[in-house]
Amino acid sequence: MKQSTNVAVCGAGGTMGAGIAIVSARSGHRTICYDTSASGLERARGQIEKFFAKSVSLGKLTAEQQARALDGLTMTTSLDDLGACELVIEAVFENLEVKKQLFGKLDSVCAETAVFASNTSTLSITEIAAGSARPDRVVGMHFCLPAQLMALVEMTPGLRTDAAVFDAAWNWVTAAGQVPVRTQDKPGFILNALLVPFNNDAIRAVEAGVASPADIDRAIKTALGNKLGPLELVDLVGLDTQVRLCDAFYANTYDPRAAAPPLLKRMVAAGLLGRKSGRGFFAYSGQAMFGA
Amino acid sequence: MIAMTCRIHTGADGAAHWLDSPHFDGQGTIDVHALGSPVVPHPESVAVLVELDHRMLAALAGDPWAAEAENILGFTRYANGTDAPSRLVELVRARATGDSAVAAARALFEAAGYQVVVCADQPGRIVDRLIRPVYNAALRLVDEGLATQADLDLTCRLGLGYVDGPVERVERGGLAHHYDVTAALFETFGTPGFAPAARSVAAAQRRAART
Repeated sequence: MKQSTNVAVCGAGGTMGAGIAIVSARSGHRTICYDTSASGLERARGQIEKFFAKSVSLGKLTAEQQARALDGLTMTTSLDDLGACELVIEAVFENLEVKKQLFGKLDSVCAETAVFASNTSTLSITEIAAGSARPDRVVGMHFCLPAQLMALVEMTPGLRTDAAVFDAAWNWVTAAGQVPVRTQDKPGFILNALLVPFNNDAIRAVEAGVASPADIDRAIKTALGNKLGPLELVDLVGLDTQVRLCDAFYANTYDPRAAAPPLLKRMVAAGLLGRKSGRGFFAYSGQAMFGA
Repeated sequence: MIAMTCRIHTGADGAAHWLDSPHFDGQGTIDVHALGSPVVPHPESVAVLVELDHRMLAALAGDPWAAEAENILGFTRYANGTDAPSRLVELVRARATGDSAVAAARALFEAAGYQVVVCADQPGRIVDRLIRPVYNAALRLVDEGLATQADLDLTCRLGLGYVDGPVERVERGGLAHHYDVTAALFETFGTPGFAPAARSVAAAQRRAART
C-alpha cells in the first residue's frame, strides 16, 4: 500500500469505528467513514473533531495536521463510495454473518487489489474471510478500545491469507504509529482469550462468596499493580457486552471458563449493565457496592 | 485510647517478621501466629491471627475449633512465589469470625501500612484463585503457538495496561511454585483452569529430580 492511502472504516458510527478512523486520518490517510446510521456518523464526526481539537490543545497534533486530517475525512451511508479504497477496515457489529455479508458486498465495490481487514475480537478471521470471494485479501486487525489511544493491534492471518497482503496490512499499522503483534487465528486471539475467562472467574468468585466485588478488585490491583480490577472493567465494558463476548467465545471453544456465569446473566436481566446503566458490580451514582 | 497489645508467636520459620511492632489504637490483645508456630486457642484475645501459606485456615488451625471461634482469622501477605512480596494482606474470615475480630485485624495491618481485603476460607483465596488460571492459559497458548512469549506479554502490557505480562510474571515467581499452587487448587476444584500447565509440571519434575 502507498504511504497515503484511501482507507474506509465500516461501522464508523460506533465507538470503536470512530477511534480507528482517528488513527487512519491522523496518520495522513484519506479516510471514508461508512455506517448504515447517518445519526451515528454525525455523532462520530463530532467526537473525531473534538478529539483532534484536544490533541492540538495538548500539543500532540499541529493545527496543519488537524486541518489535513479533517479535510481527508468523509462520511457516507453508501457502500458504493468505497470503490477507490485500498484498505477497508470493518468494525461492525460482532456477528459472523453480518461481517461475512459486508465483505461479500465489498467484493463488488472495491478493486481486486484492496485489502480487507476485520476488527473482530472473538470471531475467526478464516470464517469471516469465507464471506468474500477473495479470502486471500482478508486479515485480522484488532484494535484495542479506545483505538485512538491504545497502541496495540492484534494482527491475524486467516488460513488463506496471502503473506504479501498480511505484510502490507502490518506495514500500514506500523506506519500509523500502532504496535502490531502477530497471533494465530484462534478464538479471542491473545487479549480476549485471557481476559474474558479471567473476568468470568472474578464474577464466579463473587457468586461463590469468596469476597465482595470491592475486595476482589482491590486484591488484584494491589497484588498485580493493575490499574483496573476485573469487575470495574466488566462494568466499563458493559455486562451485556460481556455476555455477548462469552457467547461468541464459548461457542467456539467450549471452555467452561468462557461460559457466561449465572450471576452475570441475572444482572443483565435485572438491567444492571455497568457504568452505562449507573449500576453493575458497583453503583456509579453513589459509593454503594453491589453484591457484597 | 489504650494501645492494643500484639503478641507475635514465632515458629521455626521465623515468619511474620514483616509485621514489625505496629502501633494502633484499641483495647485488648491480638495474638499473631507466624507460619510454623503451633496454633493454640486464645479465648481472651480480641483476635487470633494465623499466618497461612497456600493452605486453608481450617487446615492449620483445626476443625471444629476454627469453625466455632469468634476471634480467629487467617492472613497472608500476598507474594508471587519467590517474587518480592506485595503490600496486600488477604485476611481470611472463618465461618464464625465476628465483626470485632475482623475490625481489629484490619486495624493492625492497616497501621502497618498494608492494603487489607477480607475473603472466605477457600483455597486460593482471591488472588491465586483468579490469577493462576490466567498463568496456566498464557503458558498453554504460548506452547500451542498462538503467539510468541514476548508478544503475549507485550499484548497484556499494551492492551490491558498490566505492569508485566503473565508469562514473565509466572516465571519470575517460579514455575515449580506455580505447579504447587495450581495442583492444590486442581485437587480441590477439579476444574480444567487449575490443571497445572505443562511447563510448570516439567519444572516440578526437575525440582523433584534435584532433591
